[in-house]
Amino acid sequence: MIPLSWYLILAAALFGIGLFGVLVRRNAVAILLGVELMLNAVNINLVAFWRYGDLATMAGQVFATIVFAVAAAEVSVGLALVISVYRRRNTVVADELDLLKW
Amino acid sequence: MTGEQIIFLVVALFTLGSALMVVTTRNLIHAALWLVSTLFGVAVIYTLLNAGFMAVVQVVVYIGAIAILFIFAVMLTRKDLRDNTPQTNKNWWAGALIAVLTFAGLVFTLQGWSGFSKTAPAVPSGFDAISQLGEQLTSPNAYVLPFEVASVLLLAALVGAVYVAFNKK
Amino acid sequence: MNFWNDPLKVAATWLEGIFTGWGMDAVLAHVLVVFLGVFLLITLLMVLDIFLVWIERKVVARFQDRIGPNRLGPFGLIQPFADIIKLIIKEDTTPEGADKVVYNLAPILSMMSVLILWAVVPLAPVMLGIDLNVGVLFLIAAGAIGTLSIIMAGWSSNNKFAMIGGFRQVAVMVAFEVPMLAMLMIPTIFASSMNMNAIIEAQNIWYFLISPLGALIFLIAAIAELGRAPFDLAEGESELVAGFNIEYSGMKFGMFYAGELLHAFTFGGFWAILFFGGYRFFGLEQVSPFLAILILVIKAMLGYWVIMWVKYTMMRIRIDQMLGFNWKFLTPLSFALVLVTALMNTLLRGADSWLYVTGMFLSNVVVGWIALEIARSVARKERERVEGPKNVVEAHH
Repeated sequence: MIPLSWYLILAAALFGIGLFGVLVRRNAVAILLGVELMLNAVNINLVAFWRYGDLATMAGQVFATIVFAVAAAEVSVGLALVISVYRRRNTVVADELDLLKW
Repeated sequence: MTGEQIIFLVVALFTLGSALMVVTTRNLIHAALWLVSTLFGVAVIYTLLNAGFMAVVQVVVYIGAIAILFIFAVMLTRKDLRDNTPQTNKNWWAGALIAVLTFAGLVFTLQGWSGFSKTAPAVPSGFDAISQLGEQLTSPNAYVLPFEVASVLLLAALVGAVYVAFNKK
Repeated sequence: MNFWNDPLKVAATWLEGIFTGWGMDAVLAHVLVVFLGVFLLITLLMVLDIFLVWIERKVVARFQDRIGPNRLGPFGLIQPFADIIKLIIKEDTTPEGADKVVYNLAPILSMMSVLILWAVVPLAPVMLGIDLNVGVLFLIAAGAIGTLSIIMAGWSSNNKFAMIGGFRQVAVMVAFEVPMLAMLMIPTIFASSMNMNAIIEAQNIWYFLISPLGALIFLIAAIAELGRAPFDLAEGESELVAGFNIEYSGMKFGMFYAGELLHAFTFGGFWAILFFGGYRFFGLEQVSPFLAILILVIKAMLGYWVIMWVKYTMMRIRIDQMLGFNWKFLTPLSFALVLVTALMNTLLRGADSWLYVTGMFLSNVVVGWIALEIARSVARKERERVEGPKNVVEAHH
């Protein structure tokens, strides 16, 4: 049998890797990739707590479903912004996007 | 080591390995494809957790829509087809340190919790997670309000994304 | 439980008995038997795929008033084997600058996304791969993998035409998943379950009769998902050479081509399962599972024939027309249809059978008629805007 700790450690590791991606990458799209990893780690946590708690309360799965919807919304708006910024400034390297307006 | 534990270890290693490749590979399209394999690994984890609906929705929403959106965005925001610039900024050691500290902090905090190593309760027979989830998402005593607000959020994101990315000629 | 009633279980227990008799672990024997079952299903499907090539070429020939291949073997039956031999012995080129791993992975993923669908197809009441309680959503999930394989193929070929073809095909596939998902909700509403077997068991009246518009929209969305005409802009020879599979030669192209035909047959099968009763035919399927498989294959062939009929009769649509058709007409129509179906299902739930069928049928007809009227008035306004208003013809005195 798999103890709950394994799932929690997996989720924490995935979260750490996603955090590393967000902090370290130069490309704006790659930063959003890291955010996706973090959201997936959170979802694993939620579903694991549902499974190892009371199966009749579906709060864990409902929360995970809402996180799916929020992640999809955030990715679409984020990537639309990145594409729009690329059209203006011709770059998506986060270090070079340092002026609010010129 | 039961079979289930072996399967879990294999899938977990696959997922974490793919996630590491996502954040370290230089070629962005490869990073998006490694993200696809990470998301697939997470879907298998959901299946191990008896959440079959979550697994299928993960494949449909994340791999079928979000990953494809990432691939499109990577293709539309590049000046040339080859990535030969370094992909990490100059403070990568600080980022790595913070990530490791976060992981260690999370595991340390959870270890003090009494339920950290509990085993899974058995699934009651005749338990249909989908009909339960459907009832909870649409029943006024349960979570219909967050469900409806999430759909309004998706509508707002849809309109916003189309407006922001629209190429006004 | 003898062989003729339940062949899979009898064969599985017999094989497991042999394996454990040789001293193998019970769990390992079970896993091995499952693998053998999967292998058998895939082999049968690939053999069927070969004959689908023959059927496709004969049917297109008849639509075009010619005979088709008739030299190799009786009625040209050996022709697909010759095609396969040709594809295998062709040179396997890789374009310069292509991303080798992604380039080679794309046809494999494309074929995998089709074969994986057969895990949830109920071939008979007791013969199905997995009795998944989200079988209907599994259809969309496998389509997602297929979409991914096309964009991988388009990008990794290092070729502008391939990339444009791949983009267009993926845009069409992602767009038409929305009405398909909505139409998959209609059998779910009627059967109160997403399980494929449960949907078939609940079809005492075929769902085609109580939701004809749903069946039609599902067919249109399925043809768009398959990338076949009239939605095959990505592979039109006169537009884009061959779209995302320009740079593929030999058996890799064969994987894409055969995968597309098998995908069309699979969707014919799903159309039959969801709207035409699947393996049911007035109680004949209870006689023997093999008869049920035969009924399902015949219905899938009829669905496949309808898809081929549409392909060889209609002309290709432009990409902006395709996407406009989806987002401005098909998606609102499919959502309206789901609403009306759910409403009518709740209102008429306890009614007599004939009242239920007539009520649902009429509601479908009304929704379709209103949609066509709206489309017609929009088209008329568009035409007037472009051409100028029509003059009313005076009565000739």
